Order: sequence, then structure tokens, then C-alpha cells
Amino acid sequence: MSLRTYILSLSDNAMILGHRLSELCGHGPTLETDIALTNISLDFFGQVRSYLQYLASIDGDQVTEDTLAFLRTEREHHNCILLEQPNVDFAHIIMRQYLFDVFQLLQLEQQMLSTDETIAAIAAKAIKEARYHQRFSESWVLRLGDGTEVSHTKMQTALDTLYPFVHELFTQNDWEKELVEQGIASDVKGFESRYYDTVFQTLKSANLSKDDIINRYAQGKNGIHTEHLGYILTELQYMQRAYPNMQW
Amino acid sequence: MGDQIQLEELFQQRIDAGGKIEPKDWMPEKYRKTHIRQISQHAHSEIVGMLPEGNWITRAPSLRRKVGLLAKVQDEAGHGLYLYSAAETLGISRDEMFDQLHTGKAKYSSIFNYPTLSWADIGTIGWLVDGAAIINQVMLTRTSFGPYARAMVRICKEESFHQRQGYEIMLGLAQGTPEQKAMAQDALNRFWWPSLMMFGPRDEDSPNTELSVKWKIKRKTNDELRQQFIDITVPQAEYLGLTIPDPDLKWNDERGHYDFGEIDWDEFWTVVKGNGPCNTERLKARVDAWEEGAWVREAALAYSEKQVIKKNQKAKLAS
Ligand SMILES: [Fe+2]
Ligand SMILES: [Fe+2]
Ligand SMILES: [Fe+2]
Repeated sequence: MSLRTYILSLSDNAMILGHRLSELCGHGPTLETDIALTNISLDFFGQVRSYLQYLASIDGDQVTEDTLAFLRTEREHHNCILLEQPNVDFAHIIMRQYLFDVFQLLQLEQQMLSTDETIAAIAAKAIKEARYHQRFSESWVLRLGDGTEVSHTKMQTALDTLYPFVHELFTQNDWEKELVEQGIASDVKGFESRYYDTVFQTLKSANLSKDDIINRYAQGKNGIHTEHLGYILTELQYMQRAYPNMQW
Repeated sequence: MGDQIQLEELFQQRIDAGGKIEPKDWMPEKYRKTHIRQISQHAHSEIVGMLPEGNWITRAPSLRRKVGLLAKVQDEAGHGLYLYSAAETLGISRDEMFDQLHTGKAKYSSIFNYPTLSWADIGTIGWLVDGAAIINQVMLTRTSFGPYARAMVRICKEESFHQRQGYEIMLGLAQGTPEQKAMAQDALNRFWWPSLMMFGPRDEDSPNTELSVKWKIKRKTNDELRQQFIDITVPQAEYLGLTIPDPDLKWNDERGHYDFGEIDWDEFWTVVKGNGPCNTERLKARVDAWEEGAWVREAALAYSEKQVIKKNQKAKLAS
């Protein structure tokens, strides 16, 4: 049961952020950023498919990647709530992306060592993508943080809004601790300080400050989300709910 | 004046011999203007075309279809990028071209002014719209302007992949439940005629294509291309078990082609003139993206200028 939840939590992080990015397709500030963000969204959905195909093979019976992706309730999603935060503007999009990219890269490094071969293999493939994602989002944090006064203010606002959710990335539930002991899950506590070092360094270079930021309640990993998730799922699941049991 | 005539003769000889015109070569002003217009409008069609399909990305029915659609729409953005770059070689900036799009001075393909109302529309667009685009564009891979021809080679390869992907979506629906089949038929009903309109007005209403033929922008007329599309597509619809919404559609043994009914040219001109079902929304989406992105582009510029200054200061200190 814990393995199941763990796989879902990895997959849901990718799926919900991938969904947010997919909302932007055709609406970006430049053609180049449009292409890049769509590319990142594609990478995330690729990861989702790998995780959910693996999970479907464990679950057996009638379970497929699509029943797992499209037929769960809000409470059955285990993504961190940072990832479901809306696309307020390009500053929020980039900040959300950067705060997660640094985390995911460190997580995948550990995940490559998992005693679960499939989880390790998925990480080995995804890590190449994650390196590119971080390079992209970091370069934009710097550009916008240290660009104009307007862009700086927008980035600071985005940081103030999103940083309070970062701590959830490093919470460890009982099911996760158990898997860490078995060598299956990566130990987020093991790279927490490296994460903050990296992020602080970038924020400093971008003239952004997180000094007065206070953490917010965040229980997404336990299936308690913000109200945003329900609307994401409404769209995401529309076809599977309206036309059940069909092949597409 | 004599020089000018000689240059034009040499220019045309080169085209006639199958040679390519490159951006730095001499070219008649009219050639440059025509190509800027055509290539930029083609580029605009690619990026406006992202919108009706983008409309279904968040609601795609399966993960496989979502990934396929995301990749397709991303390809279209790439097509826009190559084409804007090709047009830029003729001395116009991307910003100027965007401005022409946003102010309504430049057109884009009217087909994208129709709404996507069901998932089957995504299959239909791939099958019919990318299919029609290929027929229009294959001849452009051999057009006289080098950058355009080369962009089209790459683009056509991807368009035929899109066409197959769209047809495959339709095949799934046609072999699916009654609801899925009805969805497919409804999409075909709505997109059939607009797809035929993609080839432009009837030949007798199409103003001088003479230069286009001379410069190898066009090798066949609108009506010839439209007929070719119909002849290819009818058997594909039959294979799907779908009915093309034209009671006059009939094989003509004598002609060796399908006869077909009259296109609603009033509808055609209504949409071309900006009053189609989604013209306002499509243009607004592009203008909004551009305006909301202004601060981002300004910041990127300011940042890169700062980097240059920093670099120069470092260099000064070092010397
Ligand atoms: Fe295209
Ligand atoms: Fe095209
Ligand atoms: Fe296409």
C-alpha cells in the first residue's frame, strides 16, 4: 500500500504540474518559451505514463494508466500543493517551476539508487529531462528577478506566494519513511539542505528575498488539497467521466 | 533601366532552370514583398492554428492522446518559428510581423476560425486540415525561394505525421461505441466544407496567379488542388464508414474525379473578412499573449544588456 501511494505521489507531482503547463500551450510570452514549456509538460506526462504503467502492472485486473490518471478523486491525489497553484502570470509559472525543478533533480539523483528497479530506471531517464528543466527555469528566475523593476516586483510577489508551500516537498509521511528504510524511496531529508543552498544562491543572484516568508499549511501528500485541484481534475477527467469505458 | 531588365531576366532564368533564390541575391521588389506576405501569413496560420487544438489538450481522453496532441501543437509552434525566420531573411522583423497579425493587416488560414467542440474535432483537424495543408504545401518544397523551400521540406514531413495521427484518432472513434461514431460524424459534418475552402476561391475568382506560377509558389490552381484533396479523402471517409455531408458527391467516370456540390462562398467570405465563429477570440488570444508577455520580453532584454555591461566592466578591470 505504501509503494502504491509513493508511486502516485511521484506521478501526481508530474501530472499536476504537467497539466498546469499544458494550459499555457499557445499563450506564452514568446514562441520560444511556449515551445520550451510545452516540452517540459511533455516530459512530465512521459514520466506520468511510466509511473502509472508500472502501477497498473502491480494493480492488475482492469487497471490501466488511464484509469489511474483519470478516475481518482481529489482525496486520492498525492501531489504537493505547490504544483497545483494557478498560472497567475509568467512570474508565478517560472517560480513554481524553479522551486520544483531543483527539488525534482535532487530527488531523481537519489531515486536512481532505489532498490526498486523500475523506479530507479524511470529516474535514470527522467534525470536528463530534469537537468534541462532546471537550467531553463533558473535562467528565467535570474532574468526576471534581475531584469526590470516590473519583472523584479512580479517575481518577488510570485516568490512570496509560492515559497510558503515549498516546505511540503520535504515532509515525510509514515508510508514514505517505511519505504526509505527499505531503500525504495529517496530520503528527502537527505538532500533538504542542498536544496535550500541551491535555491538561496539563485534567489540571491536574482535579487530576491525570502526573509519574511512564513510557511503555510500544506497536506497535499496526504490527499488534502487546495480548492484548485478540483477544477484541474474536472478538466483532466472530463472525457473519461462523460464517456466511461471507451477506447480512444 | 536596361540593367534592371537584365537583372530580372537573369533572375527568372535562374528560377526556370530550377535554381534557388537566396536572401542575399538580387530579387525584384515585388518578389520580396510577395514572399514576405506569403511566408508570414503561413507562419501566422501555424501559431493561430495552435489555439483550436490547444483547446483540447487539458481535456484529452487518454494519456497517449494528450502526449500526441501536446507534441503536435508544439510542432506547429516550431513551424511558426522556422517560417518567421525564413521571412526575416527578407528584411522584416518578427515583431513587425506580429504587429501585422495583431492589427488585422495580415491574414491567417480561415479554418482556424472554426471552434473545436468535441474530441473528434481534434482527429478531424489532423485528418482533413493537416491533410489539406500538405496538398497545398508539398509544391512549396520546390518553390524558388531557398529558405522557404527548405522550411517546407521539414514542415511537410511533420504535417504528414499529423495527418496520420489525426486519421488514427478517427479510426478509433469510427470503430468505437455509437456515441464515438456520432461524435466523429458530427465533426466531419462541421469541418468538411471549411476544409474545402482552405484551397481558396474558385479559379475564376482568384486574382492573378501568373506571378505565383512564374516564381514556383504555385504549381497547380486552387480548383485543381481542391479536386486532388477530394479524390484522396473520399475513399478515406468510406474506409471509416463516415458520410461526407455532400449529397452531390459522386464519382465521375468520364472525368476520373469526384463531382461535388457547391461551396457556400458567402460563408467563405464572411469568415475571411473577420466575421467567422471564432475570429474575434483567436485574434484576442494572440494579442493577449503578446501584451501580457511584454514585461517578460522587456526584462529579458534589460537583463542581457546588464550582462554585457558587466562583462565589459570585468574586461576593463582585467586590463
Ligand atoms: Fe504546421
Ligand atoms: Fe502549415
Ligand atoms: Fe500540422
